[in-house]
Amino acid sequence: MKLIIAIIRPDRLNNVLEALYHAEVRGLTVSRVMGHGGETERVENYRGTTVKLGLQEKVRLEIGVSDSFVDITTRAILGSARSGEVGDGKVFVLDVEQVHRIRTGERDEAAVTPAVPEPV
Amino acid sequence: MTLPLLAMVQDAQPTIVPADTAWMLTSTALVLLMTPALAFFYGGLVRSKNSLNTMMMSFVALGAVGVTWALVAYSEAFAEGNGFLGSFQNAFLNGVGVEPKGTIPHVLFMAFQGTFAIITAALISGAIVERMRFGPYVAFLCIWTIVVYGPVAHWVWGGGWLGKLGTLDFAGGTVVHINAGISALVAASVLGARKDYARQAILPHNVPFTLLGAGLLWFGWFGFNGGSALAANGSAALAFVNTFLAPMATLMVWVGLDSFRTGHATAVGGATGIVVGLVAITPAAGFVSPLGALTLGAIAAFPSYFAIVLRSRTRLDDSLDVFAGHGIGGLTGALLTGVFALKAWGGTDGLLGGNPSQLGIQAIAAFASMAYAGIMTFVILKLLALVAPLRVATPLEGLGLDVTQHGEEAYSSGEGSILVLPEVEVPAPAPKLTPQPVAR
Repeated sequence: MKLIIAIIRPDRLNNVLEALYHAEVRGLTVSRVMGHGGETERVENYRGTTVKLGLQEKVRLEIGVSDSFVDITTRAILGSARSGEVGDGKVFVLDVEQVHRIRTGERDEAAVTPAVPEPV
Repeated sequence: MTLPLLAMVQDAQPTIVPADTAWMLTSTALVLLMTPALAFFYGGLVRSKNSLNTMMMSFVALGAVGVTWALVAYSEAFAEGNGFLGSFQNAFLNGVGVEPKGTIPHVLFMAFQGTFAIITAALISGAIVERMRFGPYVAFLCIWTIVVYGPVAHWVWGGGWLGKLGTLDFAGGTVVHINAGISALVAASVLGARKDYARQAILPHNVPFTLLGAGLLWFGWFGFNGGSALAANGSAALAFVNTFLAPMATLMVWVGLDSFRTGHATAVGGATGIVVGLVAITPAAGFVSPLGALTLGAIAAFPSYFAIVLRSRTRLDDSLDVFAGHGIGGLTGALLTGVFALKAWGGTDGLLGGNPSQLGIQAIAAFASMAYAGIMTFVILKLLALVAPLRVATPLEGLGLDVTQHGEEAYSSGEGSILVLPEVEVPAPAPKLTPQPVAR
């Protein structure tokens, strides 16, 4: 299993979620973070005070996937998060030692395989 | 004290009446407050990254339209002229002093009417939020005030052809709301939809702002309608009370429709219902009975409610439903004025008073101003587009207009930002993307 961490632009989030949905990648965590990727710093003015914004708002996605899904997932993110300007973000792929699904106690590969909701 | 006052009122010579002046001073301040109120109403309905830009679109009208009004548009609307346009004898406020105009000082009349011009132009912004560049927007406001608002105000209120025809428009159903509504519709279609429109959910970022705005609009509207009597008299009281009653009925019907259709009484729906009720009673305020106002308010909820439902299924991105609220609401109010107006309450008899022709006159006024305002708005925007692109470039639209148009954020944490001291060289402003004209 791998853990995929992607840092992307907030305004690309909808695109990325859509691409992941079409790639049948289910199960992810999204958080709002601040970061800097070498892009030009933004300058803002508040009543005569000039401020240089070193950190930009970014969105961080964390996705745990089985090995066969690593390429599919990274390709989906790369294709949908790109705007071509500096500051588009990064995708990190990390090894994972163990995964447990809390509800069932399943481990590893079984735990990152999407659960099919039982019909109500 | 009372005797000399009565003597003044009875005097045939125009004199300034202190009571009227006091009420009109108050009304002018009340109507001016409606534009900041509109900023909150609209500002709450957009995404946070565009909230400052949206609010500034209303606020800047206070300056841009106000100055245009004082310099040119007031004269064009209210100085004596022909049936279509006033003369320019009052341009640059020439001859506008403290002499009486009716029973109030001329300069106060000018300011009161100026607050109407400001809010009317600001109303249009709701249709084009989250995508229009700020510079061309300000230019549009000034030109629109001269080309559209001034003439239409003259037609109805300044001694022009619609006024002579016998149109009933107490406080601006035609001049303000139909005018702004159709202009908004045209502006939305000329600019095109936002890049995310109908692709992803675009949700209001602060519904409490919208409720605050609706409440303040209602408060200011007492000056808008009550002040349109231009005196502190029975007509003002009637307009005031009708402004009090009609939105109450609209609110209840709107909330009922909402509950029936979606199972919930929504807060955004409640705020919208109040504004639609206020819009609808505006042309009728001083001409209908209080019970007529309640009925008019209740009926007015239906066309606007279903116009909003239908609009959201189209590609037409009138973002904050200015046409459904003000265009359709204004049209409903203008036509219903021709139904409910009664001579006994200060108007001309309408349909219910046995005078169906009044309904025809109301329709002529509504459609004439719709045609004129629609065509002229289209021409102004197309001409402006030749000089400068109207829309921000698509990547900048993604980043949000607060940062790209104003260099500010509404909700900045300030974390990670560096203070630039005056002696330090200011870095070149980002982003450097050039806006591209949209081919449409």
